[in-house]
Parts: sequence; C-alpha cells; structure tokens
Amino acid sequence: MNAMTKPLPVTKPDEAPPIVRVAGVTMRYANGVTALDGIDLDFERGKLTTLLGPSGCGKTTLLKIIAGLFRPTTGTVAVNGRAVTGPGPERALVFQDFALLPWATVLRNVAFGLELRGVAKSERESIAEKYIREVGLAGFEHQYPSQLSGGMRQRAGLARALTVNADVLMMDEPFSAVDEQMRRKLQEDLLSLLQVEKKTVIFVTHSIEEAVYLSDRIVLLSRRPSRVSAIRDPGIAHDLPPDQIRRDQRYLDTVDEIWDTLKQYLQ
Amino acid sequence: MTPRSLLDNVPSGLSLLVWAAIWELIGRYGGVDLIPPMTAIAAKAVELVQTDSFLKALSVTAQAFGIGMALAIVIGIPLGVLMGVWRPAEKLLNVWVNIFISAPLTALVPALMPLLGIGQTTVVATVFLFAVWVLVIDTQAGIRHVGGSLVDMARLFGGTRSQIFFKVLLPGALPEILTGLRLAVVRGVKGVVIGQIIIALLGFGELFELYLQNFLMEEFWALVFVVFALAFVIVEAVGVVERRFDFYAGSR
Repeated sequence: MNAMTKPLPVTKPDEAPPIVRVAGVTMRYANGVTALDGIDLDFERGKLTTLLGPSGCGKTTLLKIIAGLFRPTTGTVAVNGRAVTGPGPERALVFQDFALLPWATVLRNVAFGLELRGVAKSERESIAEKYIREVGLAGFEHQYPSQLSGGMRQRAGLARALTVNADVLMMDEPFSAVDEQMRRKLQEDLLSLLQVEKKTVIFVTHSIEEAVYLSDRIVLLSRRPSRVSAIRDPGIAHDLPPDQIRRDQRYLDTVDEIWDTLKQYLQ
Repeated sequence: MTPRSLLDNVPSGLSLLVWAAIWELIGRYGGVDLIPPMTAIAAKAVELVQTDSFLKALSVTAQAFGIGMALAIVIGIPLGVLMGVWRPAEKLLNVWVNIFISAPLTALVPALMPLLGIGQTTVVATVFLFAVWVLVIDTQAGIRHVGGSLVDMARLFGGTRSQIFFKVLLPGALPEILTGLRLAVVRGVKGVVIGQIIIALLGFGELFELYLQNFLMEEFWALVFVVFALAFVIVEAVGVVERRFDFYAGSR
C-alpha cells in the first residue's frame, strides 16, 4: 500500500457504538469491474464523515450501498446494529442532481418523502413548511423546480431529506452542480443547519476544500478497486465563523496533506 | 426599417393567401377543368358542410375515428408502459412495434376487408393500426426517460411499487405520452380517410368517390379542404393540451 496510510484511529472503549458499520464490503459489477474492495468503516453518531477520493473511485457506489439502493457483492452494512437489506426510514439521501419532481411545487417536493409514507396532507405540509424555512426557501413554496436556481433546488432537496427525520443523512456530491460561490454559501448554511439538526452525515465529495471545511472525519478512498487509503480528523471546531475556519492552520494543513495523498492517483 | 426586419414581420398566414390568389387566377384564366376558382370552391364548401350527405359522412367518420383512437389509447399506452418498465416485454415486442411503425399500413387495408368486412369495422381497424404504434413507442420512451434518480429517490423514501408508478413514472412520462397522442391523432386522421377511400362505400370516401366519378371538381376540392381543415384543427387542439404541460420538461 502507500506510505501515507496511517493506522486507523483506535476506538476508545467509552465511545458510543457506531451508527453505521460497513464490514468487508466489496462491489463487483457484472462486467467484471471491481468498484469497492473490502471496505471496513464505522460512522460515528452525530458526526459528519466525508468519503473523498478520485473521481470514479466508487464513493457514490458505497453511499448507495449504505442507502440500500445497491446490494454489495460481499460484506454487510448495519445501521443501529441492524443489517441493511434495502432503503429504510432511518436513512435519507440528498441527490447530486436534486431528484426533484419537475411537475411538483417546492412544497409538494419537500413533503414528498412524507407523502410516500402516507402522512396526511395538512400534517406533511406543515412539517415541510418548517424545513423550507429552515433551509432558507421561505416564499418559494409554490414555485416549480425549473423556476429555481441550482442552489435553491438543492436547498429543497435538503429540506425533503430533513422532513423524514432520519438519523443518517447521506449527501451525494450535493453541491457539485452549483457554481463556486453558491457552493460556499451552501456549505456554510449546511454547517449552521447541522448545529440545529443533530444528524449523522455521510457526505460524498471530490472537493478537498469542501471535505476539510465540513467534516469531522475524512475517509480517503483509493482509485478503483477502491480501498480505504487513509482517515483524517481535521479537528476544526465547526461553530467558528466560516472565514475563520478557512484561515485555520489545521484547515490549511489538512488540505495540503490530503492533496499530497490524492495526487498519486492522478496521472 | 431594414428589409431584413420587414421579412421578419411577415405574417405566417400570408403564404396561404398568396397560394389561394394564385389558385384563383389559374382557376379563372387557366382553362384547367380540374381546378375551379378558389372563390367557387369556398362558396361550395360553405354549401357542402350544410348538406345531409356531408353531415352523415362526418358522423360516420367521427365514429370510426373515435372508436379507433379510443382502442389505440386503451391498448397503446398500457403496452408502452409495460415495455417501459419490464425488459422482457420490450425485448419481445420491440421488433413488432418497429416493423409496424415503419410499414406502409395502407397496403394492409385491402387485406383487412375480407377479415372484417367491407364496412365500418375495417375503418376502425385502420385508424387503430395507424395510431397505436407511435403511442406505444412514445409512452415507452417517456417511462424510460423519467430520471433514474427520481425512481431511486422514491424508493429511498419508502415508496411502494404502485406509488412509484403512479406518483413518479406516469406523471414523468406524461409529456411524451401527450406527444405520442398528438402524433397518433395525426396518423389516425390519415387512417380514417385512407380506410374510407379504399373501401369507397363509407363516409368521406363515398363522397370523394361520388364527386370524382361525376367530375364534380368544385365539390371534390371543397371536401378536400374541409377535411384538411378538420384534421388541422383536431391536431392543433391536441397540440394546445400538449403545450400546457410544457413546464414538465423544464428541468429535465
């Protein structure tokens, strides 16, 4: 393996059991391509963990396995100690392409997760209203997705994921389809939102800065067939003001260090 | 104003007027018996649409068209949906759909006559055969084009199969289904007239035959233009409905 790999941090005995445990997950496609090769990972409750790696390394595949959309070739995923066999109410996902119904208003889209669960209209809409306000979309309830900017669409996607009150919030490159400035704003808003909504977040990105800025823990994946290449805990307090985080020495060091690790995967 | 912008402002109906004027001139001074003056045809058309024989032909035609289209919708859309959601159905049926959508179906109408009789049933079958295939193909494409992540999203939030179908796939495919419907109407209108003309005993086909046999060119052209206008109006009406759902496509 590579020289940058550090031993996995040892779990202290007083720590809570992991909310998500990935054990020996391998994913081999029918065409013989091995996307994931023996992934072992624990995700701690209440933390934001980022899966970071070169593009095509299978980070989204791993996320979709945890989501229960794909079945791994071998290995298991357990959430709260229970094996994952499909999607479940304790997990919600924010999609890279937003996955909003183009024919439904923001209100209906945000309430759609609850609609599928059979929650009565007035109840689900009042819950949706709450999260629409929380993500900063108040006043846009009756607009259609095509009338919104990319950033606003993703706010709706995030609000929808929050309405179902899942313990684990998975985000699949959620900000990659919006421009750089909007991206920064969304990152900052996500951090302040997570101060209120205590969630376990599994975040997939290919942006090093985004990973270091947001994460409690960063899992570096190698190129396909993907293995866990290193784990970093930036140790930055997330209640600091955004510009202070971005000037924090630990932020800058971690970005450099991760770049050194990932560089080897690029030709 | 530059000449360019003058041209840009040409009303779209102008070419029709120019064409009618040229027709009028040829009709009056061209000495071609086949082409009576446009004004005479127009006057005849006004007369024609009030005659009993026209109204009877119209009702027979509308009936054949209505039944044929209804069958095409009732069979075509579910078949397209089935092919969209279930691979084996697509594999089995795709070849048939593609053969029939490209085949010159007019050639089949004479073969239908001994099977279904020289009458309304054959015309209904013709409308159906002309209309159904494009509806199958567009419905199937519509179901297929519903973004994969929308289905993933519905699954992830606990949607059941029937919820995914009724709340995601079907509304997602609606724009393509409506396009298919408009194209099916275009084909169905052709089918009803072609069927009637080949049978030559029914509806507009009977009238066309009658006028041509007796060399009643004013009546003949009047009927042609009335039928053209009817077809145009029906297709445009479906087009209006289709465009009302335009916003669907906005963010796909």
